[in-house]
Amino acid sequence: MELEHSHHPTVPLYLLVFGALIVLTGITVLVAFQDFGVMNNVIALGIAGIKTTLVVLFFMHVKYSSRLTKMFAAAGAFWLAILISFTLSDTLTRKSHPVQGWVPLPFVQTPGPIESVPFVEHQPGQASEHH
Amino acid sequence: MSESHAHAVVAHHDPTVAHQFDDKAQQTEAVTLGMWAFLAQEVLFFGAVFTGYTVYRSYYPDSFIAGSHHLDIKLGGFNTAVLIASSLTMALAVHAAQNTKRIRLVFFLLATLFLGFVFLGVKVIEYGDKFHHHLIPGLGFLWAEPHGDPKHVQIFYSFYFAMTGMHALHMIIGAAILLPLIWMAIRGRFSAAYYAPIEMFGLYWHFVDIVWIFLFPLLYLLGLHAQ
Repeated sequence: MELEHSHHPTVPLYLLVFGALIVLTGITVLVAFQDFGVMNNVIALGIAGIKTTLVVLFFMHVKYSSRLTKMFAAAGAFWLAILISFTLSDTLTRKSHPVQGWVPLPFVQTPGPIESVPFVEHQPGQASEHH
Repeated sequence: MSESHAHAVVAHHDPTVAHQFDDKAQQTEAVTLGMWAFLAQEVLFFGAVFTGYTVYRSYYPDSFIAGSHHLDIKLGGFNTAVLIASSLTMALAVHAAQNTKRIRLVFFLLATLFLGFVFLGVKVIEYGDKFHHHLIPGLGFLWAEPHGDPKHVQIFYSFYFAMTGMHALHMIIGAAILLPLIWMAIRGRFSAAYYAPIEMFGLYWHFVDIVWIFLFPLLYLLGLHAQ
């Protein structure tokens, strides 16, 4: 039982983590009122990531868990990263790398920032119709 | 042969270890891994709507910023602190169970439940405000602000209600699980030898806290400086 206790955080450590989470929440609110451009998003999500790490490591005891448990916890984050990065690699590049014949979903087409690239059928003779 | 078998049965006699496990450590590991597997799919469940939010925010940043200006940052910030505090009381409840502190365990579980209800109460106030201002997506949706396209602001509010609603549902389920756990704790069912239900519920509760840790900046804070 002595051993078991040494594998878990103490009450002062829990309080310390709680304090850090509250302070980080305060910082993220204060930063939100300042204009750092794109960095606003980076800072806000970065702080949320730090807070999540603190909760996972100490409140959820992952720091004190077996390697297999650590891997299970990391697997969730890993698949989430795949889900988000692969999706955004499509949607964020539709405008800069348009595909001919690809028509974006109707509700994104207008008046959104994504312009549709209509498919131009190459029919012989059609181009010279106006001449 | 039969003697060694009998010996094995005696070794398994610990009433807190189910018969399919070799020992306590194996049982604890299996329970923990099962919970983390569940939480990993919860991450992807919420991850899908987070991804959708990111995609549409990248399409209509101005409308999303205009929409988020109608959210009350004071209530949102207060609720963030409430949830973090409830995570602390939950961690202390697990700690009390590990040390067979029955009164402390019951107290911290009740504190967690109370803070959960405070969060949901504030959420009811916020939802009521949205209803009052016709910001519920649907036929009654009204957007008279100069900033933001009403159609796209409505997409923001669809995400707002889907995300916070699903989060609140997880809180309600958490509260529903807490009630029998409190009852079992009062009856002295948990001790240093057996507290897996408390610890596993703690993992769930902390996960729900983490979801809000991301919802708060995404819905309330991003673009706050812009207008």
